[in-house]
Amino acid sequence: MSEYLFWIPLLTLLGTFVPLLTEKLNRNLCALLTSIAPALALLLVLQSAEAVFHSESLRQTMGWIPVMGLELAFRLDGLSLLFSILIIGIGLLVILYARYYLSEQESIGRFYAYLILFMTAMLGIVLSNNLIQLWMFWELTSVSSFLLISFWGHKSEARKGARMALTVTGAGGLALLAGLLLIGDIVGSYNLDLVLGSGDLLREHSLYPVVLALVLLGAFTKSAQFPFHFWLPHAMAAPTPVSAYLHSATMVKAGIFLLVRFFPVLSGTELWFLTVSLTGLTTLLLGAYIALFKHDLKGLLAYSTISHLGLITLLLGMDSPLATVAAIFHIINHAIFKASLFMATGIIDHESGTRDMRQLNGLWKYMPYTATLAMVAAASMAGVPLLNGFLSKEMFFTETLYQGSLGSLSWMIPVLATLGAVFSVAYSTRFIHDVFFNGEPINLPKTPHEPPRYMKVPVEILVALCLLVGMMPNFIVGDLLYFASAAALQAEVPSYSLSIWHGFNFPLMMSFLAMLGGLTLYYNRHVLFRFQSQFPDMDAKLVFEALIQRLVRHAQRTVELFENHSLQRYSYLMLFFATILMAGPLLDLSATAGLRPELPIDAISITGAILLTVGALVTVIWHHQRMAALLALSIVGLIVSLIFARYSAPDLALTQLSVEVVTVILLMLALFFLPQKTPEDSSPRRIIRDLALSSMIGGVIGTICYALLTRPLSTISDYFLLHSKTGGGGTNVVNVILVDFRGFDTLGEITVLGIAALGIFKLISRMRLYMPVSDETGRLWANDRHPLLLSVISQSLLPLALLVSVYIFLRGHNMPGGGFIAGLITSVAIIQQYIAHGVEWVKPRMKLNYQWLIGSGILIATLTGLGSWLFDRPFLTSWFDHFHLPILGEFELASAMLFDLGVYLTVIGATLLILANLGKLTTVHRATDMEQE
Amino acid sequence: MEALYAFCVGIMTTCGVYLLLRARTFAVVLGLTLLSYAVNLFLFASGRLKLNGAAVLGQSEQYADPLPQALVLTAIVIGFAMTAFLVILAMRARADLGNDHVDGRFPETPNNNNKQEKN
Repeated sequence: MSEYLFWIPLLTLLGTFVPLLTEKLNRNLCALLTSIAPALALLLVLQSAEAVFHSESLRQTMGWIPVMGLELAFRLDGLSLLFSILIIGIGLLVILYARYYLSEQESIGRFYAYLILFMTAMLGIVLSNNLIQLWMFWELTSVSSFLLISFWGHKSEARKGARMALTVTGAGGLALLAGLLLIGDIVGSYNLDLVLGSGDLLREHSLYPVVLALVLLGAFTKSAQFPFHFWLPHAMAAPTPVSAYLHSATMVKAGIFLLVRFFPVLSGTELWFLTVSLTGLTTLLLGAYIALFKHDLKGLLAYSTISHLGLITLLLGMDSPLATVAAIFHIINHAIFKASLFMATGIIDHESGTRDMRQLNGLWKYMPYTATLAMVAAASMAGVPLLNGFLSKEMFFTETLYQGSLGSLSWMIPVLATLGAVFSVAYSTRFIHDVFFNGEPINLPKTPHEPPRYMKVPVEILVALCLLVGMMPNFIVGDLLYFASAAALQAEVPSYSLSIWHGFNFPLMMSFLAMLGGLTLYYNRHVLFRFQSQFPDMDAKLVFEALIQRLVRHAQRTVELFENHSLQRYSYLMLFFATILMAGPLLDLSATAGLRPELPIDAISITGAILLTVGALVTVIWHHQRMAALLALSIVGLIVSLIFARYSAPDLALTQLSVEVVTVILLMLALFFLPQKTPEDSSPRRIIRDLALSSMIGGVIGTICYALLTRPLSTISDYFLLHSKTGGGGTNVVNVILVDFRGFDTLGEITVLGIAALGIFKLISRMRLYMPVSDETGRLWANDRHPLLLSVISQSLLPLALLVSVYIFLRGHNMPGGGFIAGLITSVAIIQQYIAHGVEWVKPRMKLNYQWLIGSGILIATLTGLGSWLFDRPFLTSWFDHFHLPILGEFELASAMLFDLGVYLTVIGATLLILANLGKLTTVHRATDMEQE
Repeated sequence: MEALYAFCVGIMTTCGVYLLLRARTFAVVLGLTLLSYAVNLFLFASGRLKLNGAAVLGQSEQYADPLPQALVLTAIVIGFAMTAFLVILAMRARADLGNDHVDGRFPETPNNNNKQEKN
């Protein structure tokens, strides 16, 4: 049997889609098809009942993420059985009821889908055998109940009520998660079986109070216990079938279920007793009291629900096995009579157009049948004998008499319980008398009449159950109650008797007193109403919304502390924390200097260092004079390339040198359009702050650099040195690495280069910048834009420069050089033509489309790589061979050279696309013109 | 010599970061350029300093580590592309927004940001 267990939630989960698919059919069919999956699930549950009644618990486990202790584990014991029957049973009745409740215009498919999803979540909670899994279903109930409560999303109160329910229960859910994680940590497993067996371990653990507080937070928010009760009345904005379902058998009972489930492991301590029982007692009294004053029928039922939930919680807090049995019994009874009452209210609302008891009077004349049903259910709520509510209330009274945990104040509990019952009788009487008698209806929107035949069926079934349980408790729910209690207690169930008549005793007297008191109270209700009207009406919704708004404002302020839309602030914070992270490990380094012998310092190096330092400092000091700063910066760049040259990196020196030229030209061009000077808008304080941070970073980086330089080198380069000639066919190892060993990286890099250039091209085109005619001091720019001397020299230099670049390119594989460097040299040579002659002169003479150049460059490189596939080799495998030509002598051909050609073309294309287009901005030819060509 | 090298890297980093934190785009571009010099030199240093090392096979017994060189070479080129992108972006921002502040607008009061600083 147990292998079918997971089908129970799975069936309902699949059933979620049925109404969505069948919505287009007629409503009866849709409702019928929708109820198939839950009905099948109910059958499965009932089939398993046999095994459970033989004291077996069914289990089924499937691996999910075993490493993390996560599994899909289901368990069906007496408690889950009881809850499953309630959940699915009442759910089926609600499906039938909602078919008649919702109007033709409302999407019944969507409603059913939410409802079944919610049912799945509830089933998941009661069937879970794993704490994390239980929590996930728990959260799913919060989410799906949000959807249900906000079903009438066009109403503001529905949206607000749903939000409130979600916020309160969702926050409680987070607390519960923390509690469950702690339990899992203490027990060492999330498996419920193991957890339930570790009661002593948990209770004696030092973290027990924390665990208890967190779990109780989850349970109390869900089951609307004081002071979290306020969300429940606002959830009444939902359609009545939803209220009937959520607030009788499910949602709020999930919290109760949690308390019962963890009863064996968490109860039994003073802390449990005090917290749970006092919370329950407060909720019981508060709910019962307020319920009497609600004019809205659903409001009355909402507070009555709160009160009854308080009663169950109080019973669980009494910490005696019999009280727990009573609690479970009341769970059943409350679910039955409250669901029927909600449904009856829905019928009244549906057929008369209002739920206000000040208007609803004397409905007995219009709907006697419904009135009878509602009166029986209300009587059960009041605890009238022969009905189920009476039985559990008697048990409750008995238990209040037999506990003594409040010491000498213990007598208060039965007294207060009786007081609660007095109010309960009073509001039940009001429900009956105000609605069905008490004169004639006042200003009803509709003339009330009996509802459609089948809308009454669910109420009939539930009311029949009220009577049957009330009169033959043992026959109807005896086994169910016994095994649910056994599962809840995880121990021997104490003997109890479920008979109607226990003789004349204290509990009966308390019941009698409550009846009498309640009727008297109702009779004198006007006095009480007058007294109550002195209090200002407090709307929990407003308080809650204000609280939320304050929270949001506070969060916003906190965020704005870091995120104030200032890039400088972001950069500063980021660099600051990066520095701390970098500096941290340095503290563990015992000595800055390592063991590697240092090179001697010579005069050239000192001169270079001084130039570099001065250049860098001048860039900073003069950065308000932008041109001067740029010139100083170029000194630094030149020294950097000299440093590369000195420390045996000729390739780098060449690259740096040509890039330097291109960069400076680029920045000068940009400067033409930007302000020439930077205003002094940094406050002294900011300057000091930034100086402090930048010096710190500089210090840290310098230290790391020094520490690195003075430590012995262990490198993987030996491999490249060894295989460069034999495997790559070149003696310039740097170039071979670029075009061969790490060719794929280079391919990526030239692609990035191309993308950057295209991005720049798009930025430049349609740039609404106008050429300044004068500098900022008002001096006109020179007219003589193309000096003759430069034009002549550059023109004769061009072929020479191109020749050099070709030479550099060709020898790149074996000598310093290669595609990158050659490309840059070519670019510089061409840019020189632009500078010397201007765009107008170059344009007709050089018909190169730079975008095409970039594209073909990347294409050549990629095709070279793909070419190796023709020879069944991996992407970018290189090939080379030596040839002998008559005059030229021996020379080498390598596929890597083709790849390098791609690099070469991309570099030229990218560089010139950027610079030539920027240069065009200084003429009448805008980049947009080129687009059209 | 190593100390001098590290000192230079540190100075360039300091100047670069300081300029990076300025309020106008051109200063930021200058700072980024300086910073990329420093980064390139720093990367290069991971191959250690070697005088008269051979870059090409067969010229000497002492080779300079080619791997950092290859990395730095592409870093220089990509760094150029990024600098170019940034400076054009700065121009475009000035064209579209009418100012060259890094935020694209001036703070409401000149010392607005400083007042909120806690350090």
